[in-house]
Amino acid sequence: MKTTYTLPIGPIHPALKEPVMFEFEIDGEKIVNVDVKAGQVHRGIEWIGTQRNPIQILYLAERICGICNISHPFAYCRAVENIADVEVPEKAEYIRVIIAELERIHSHILWAGVAAHEVGFDSVLYLSWRLRENVMDLIEYLTGNRVTKAMFTIGGVRRDITKDQYPKIENTIKYYRENMGKLKHVFLDDKTFKLRCRDCGILTKDNALKLCAVGPTTRASGVKKDVRVDQAYSAYGDLDIDYITPDLLTGEVKGDVYDRIVVRLLEVEQSLDLIEQCLDRMPVSGNIAAEEKIPKLLAMLKKAEGEDVGRHEAPRGEVIHYVKLTGEEHPYTWKVRAPTYNNILPWIPMLLGEQIADIPIVAASTDPCLSCTNRVAIVENGKKNILTDEDLHRLSVEKTRRLMRK
Amino acid sequence: MKKTLLTPEKIVKKLKDVFKDKIKETRIETRKAGQKKKEYTNIWIKIHRDAFKKCIKYITDKIDYPHLAVVSGNDLGKNIELIYHFSVYYGHRLGEISINISVDLPKEDPRIESICDIIPGALITEREKQEMLGVIVEGIPDTRRFFIPDDFPEGIHPWRKDEKGPQKFVRDLYEGDKK
Repeated sequence: MKTTYTLPIGPIHPALKEPVMFEFEIDGEKIVNVDVKAGQVHRGIEWIGTQRNPIQILYLAERICGICNISHPFAYCRAVENIADVEVPEKAEYIRVIIAELERIHSHILWAGVAAHEVGFDSVLYLSWRLRENVMDLIEYLTGNRVTKAMFTIGGVRRDITKDQYPKIENTIKYYRENMGKLKHVFLDDKTFKLRCRDCGILTKDNALKLCAVGPTTRASGVKKDVRVDQAYSAYGDLDIDYITPDLLTGEVKGDVYDRIVVRLLEVEQSLDLIEQCLDRMPVSGNIAAEEKIPKLLAMLKKAEGEDVGRHEAPRGEVIHYVKLTGEEHPYTWKVRAPTYNNILPWIPMLLGEQIADIPIVAASTDPCLSCTNRVAIVENGKKNILTDEDLHRLSVEKTRRLMRK
Repeated sequence: MKKTLLTPEKIVKKLKDVFKDKIKETRIETRKAGQKKKEYTNIWIKIHRDAFKKCIKYITDKIDYPHLAVVSGNDLGKNIELIYHFSVYYGHRLGEISINISVDLPKEDPRIESICDIIPGALITEREKQEMLGVIVEGIPDTRRFFIPDDFPEGIHPWRKDEKGPQKFVRDLYEGDKK
């Protein structure tokens, strides 16, 4: 009689950047069922937000995620600006787009490094993260901070990008144009990478639509959905931009891990292009915020009434904030939806039928913004064996080596 | 397949023609952005819960397969308001229209039909609404909690602003089991 095993992965695991719990039903090496549980890092941020005023929430929103600290304030600001009828100056719209695209470049290259690590190519991890340093330096130069950028305010941005700063931005763009070819060659032309990532973790277009997947995960399955293209918000309506799907490079859409790599690498190049367009079109002078005096701004926001949603295409997909203001000190409701929320269900069809050794790369392929497991427990006839992350990572590396020998 | 894209006004008119007085309020908000002042539109619709699921089905069949971003919710005192944030016509440059459909549920009978059979991706957000607002989603394929841990007390719903809300729980956090 064939029996299946239950293999829990999580709630803490280095392959996942934040805690999430997977329960796999395993038949030999094959995954036959998956259950996902989240909430291990539910910090009640939305509830905390309803105890603060609209300006204080801005800083809370920045701290929802270390990487998306532009995306969350972006969506939040759009919602509040719409309710209070604050008009953002044109120059500020362009600065917002430039910073948001820099965030996308660093996030995608960071992810590429993690993906390489998951299949056992640590030298590629170092190469990618070395490339990423350049954009981090530029972010620090422009915003004063490497990670939490604190650029956004309601009605504009907090720091200007002046003409004398353009050369450094242009240099960074040039640097990436010269080096992205190398990165693409390493990821996309390598035989072993193809063996591990092609036809692995497939999400069909139909499933991507039905499970409401977002961001590069859904675009890699051929669904054209990108808030930057769909909606004329901020300066994106002025720019020349199109959907990135894997067929642009490979001529076909398979919706596998390889396609997700293709989409992200192409999006880095798209971001470089968008920043260049912004520099060309951005007004040289002008205000960067609708109201620079914070107490005055706050007094205005406290009188505002209404509800609205703010959306932005974060590196991982659409982020949406719903805000309801009732003319009081604190907002009545604040609902935050990060992209990974919608990319949890698509994990299930991706993982079904794959091997245990594929779990790290498939789980990482949606670029989940949840955190990490240091051990996996296999319960076999009531006897518990603990698989450490090293074991799981070893399984993944062994599979790569096995495929390389073939 | 080339779809004819309806204008926001036409979408609202179509829905009003079909659902008549079940639609209580509609609002179309158009905003401009950037130097070129290109527009984008948000539609807000308040619908009676009897017609809610039929309305989603109608949008799916007759307009476009909607992308459900999330369901948000408000505790309005007597009622709980659920707002379903959909978008249609994504995949067309600057053509996307957001449709926000809200439903009021009385607190003594907070029932709403599950839409998981039309949009399977609604599962997580429906599970979240059950635990956060204490609504009952009828026909949901999975009734377990999603974000709140299993040892969290029953009957407390963090987004409620009434006696079922978390205020007392937060205040007495350090009291532990003494209660």
